[in-house]
Amino acid sequence: MQRITSMFHNAPFRLYLGILLLVLCVILGFILPWFAPDNPLTWYTAPRNQESSLVYPLGTTSLGQDIFWLLTWALRNSLILGLAVAFFSTLIGVFLGLAAGYAGGILDRFLSFCMDALLCVPSLPILILLAALFGGQLSLPVIGVALVIFNWPYPARQVRAVALSMREREFINVAWFSGESGVRILVRHIFPYIAGWSAANFINTVLVGVTTESALAVIGLSSATQATLGTMIYWAIEYQALLAERYVWIGSPVVAVLLLFIGLFLVSSGLTMQSAARRLGL
Amino acid sequence: MRLLRYIAGRLVVYLLVIVFGLTILFFVPRLGPTDPVEAMLAKVAAQGAYMDASQVDRLRESLADTFGLNGTLLEQYWAFIKRILLTGDFGPSLSMYPTPVMELILNALPWTFGLLLTSTLIAWVLGNFVGLLAGWRPESNAAKAMEGVAIFLYPIPYYILALVLSILFSYVWQIFPLTTTIRGAPWSWDLISSIVWNSILPAASIVIVVFGWWVISVKAQTSQLKDEEFIRYARLKGLSQTRILTRYVLPNAILPQITFLALQIGLMFNGSLITEILFDYPGLGLLIYTAVLQGDFNLLMGTISLSVIAVATATMVIDLIYPLIDPRIRHR
Repeated sequence: MQRITSMFHNAPFRLYLGILLLVLCVILGFILPWFAPDNPLTWYTAPRNQESSLVYPLGTTSLGQDIFWLLTWALRNSLILGLAVAFFSTLIGVFLGLAAGYAGGILDRFLSFCMDALLCVPSLPILILLAALFGGQLSLPVIGVALVIFNWPYPARQVRAVALSMREREFINVAWFSGESGVRILVRHIFPYIAGWSAANFINTVLVGVTTESALAVIGLSSATQATLGTMIYWAIEYQALLAERYVWIGSPVVAVLLLFIGLFLVSSGLTMQSAARRLGL
Repeated sequence: MRLLRYIAGRLVVYLLVIVFGLTILFFVPRLGPTDPVEAMLAKVAAQGAYMDASQVDRLRESLADTFGLNGTLLEQYWAFIKRILLTGDFGPSLSMYPTPVMELILNALPWTFGLLLTSTLIAWVLGNFVGLLAGWRPESNAAKAMEGVAIFLYPIPYYILALVLSILFSYVWQIFPLTTTIRGAPWSWDLISSIVWNSILPAASIVIVVFGWWVISVKAQTSQLKDEEFIRYARLKGLSQTRILTRYVLPNAILPQITFLALQIGLMFNGSLITEILFDYPGLGLLIYTAVLQGDFNLLMGTISLSVIAVATATMVIDLIYPLIDPRIRHR
């Protein structure tokens, strides 16, 4: 406990600010959607084209949707997608990275090539091609799977590098020869070295996941039946929110994206600084 | 000799990466739930074009050829790779029949390339300059302010910035054009100024994000390098600040950036595609978008294959520049 509090005392300011922004996003995206009066996607559940008021905090769309509740649902779906992509990418990346680093030889060469090659393949055009083949729209799970395929190489490369350097370390040999199991060595001795970095990478992957899905959505190729931050922007553009000078309608998802991304980035760079500082302190 | 081996190794990897990317492209249409040929035919029919049975059959055959659906899987694969790599032939565009897809791509490429290259260069120069100064005096208020600004700019996705810029500067204050319309005779001042004027907003959306990253990264590098022995030595020798910064700190500070650029080029390309679509900028991104909207699968396969090749090429070029900047690779 003492350790945790002292960590927070030394944490850089940006980490606090980032956590604050993320907490705000989590409240908006994970807690508030439960209280939505009814499905905010349904048309004409509210009067059309309302300005901000006490009843409709952010006004309503020209389709009679309450923008505030729509925003909470959009944020929730975007966050779930980002977290799922980050979780599976990290899982696969850590596993294949360790496998490549430890096995060496042909397996390492093959996996390393796949990692380097996948990093050179632009993901968005492939997703656009998929969307075109799926009849113009992709469902969120399909986007998620495609994003995992394109994002596991980042953690895998890093983990492979750590695994390679670890193989030669004295204390790993000591642990090995004193009869500790491979799993225990991995969890107790190697994981602490990659934990801080993995956390930062995890957050970056959430960022990339949410960005790519919204990018696809902004040009109208993501799911039309689910609200995400990107589809909200798409609908606002599609229904001429700009010409009608309804800046709150298009502005609210944009501001939500900004807050979410700045929050994620602050936490990830704060964590990197933190773990760098702690390594130096050892 | 070492340099030659490095270059040869890179070229082999480059070719393998392209084949790898094209392999993905080859299998993607086979993963879809629908037969792409039938989907395409339905799309053509839905657009109201009347065709008799023999025409439909001919179109079906040419589409099967486009997707490389004739013969066994191995034959299809070989034909697909050979067709793209050796002949660069993607067939005629279906929506702008009979213009060859390659011609459309060649018209669009300079726009994408020019936009990305110019904005990356501008961001590079500005970012290095500000980052160096901020890292050299990390305690000064200006440095802290600059880093603060950079931290808030960097995580913003390109298309959000593009959207914000176009809302602010095209809708609210109508300074810049909303969509790109290039006017003027070839090689005239009108044409050049029209291109520059129309490119300012799309370029700005890329410059600002890349600039943010560069400042953060160069500053971190510089403030670390500042305490290195060789920098202290240079200072004790009585060299001027400018010389230390440009000749001693800068070359070392930009090395990690080059690696980063090679890793990020794919994401930057993604960003520029969306920026182009949002601003109607006549590059590869808009061409891909047109292809999707029109259901022009020849054009779609062509533009996307070319995206893969372009990104792989850019990554390779950066890797080949690396030994020019880092003498350690040349002399190892």
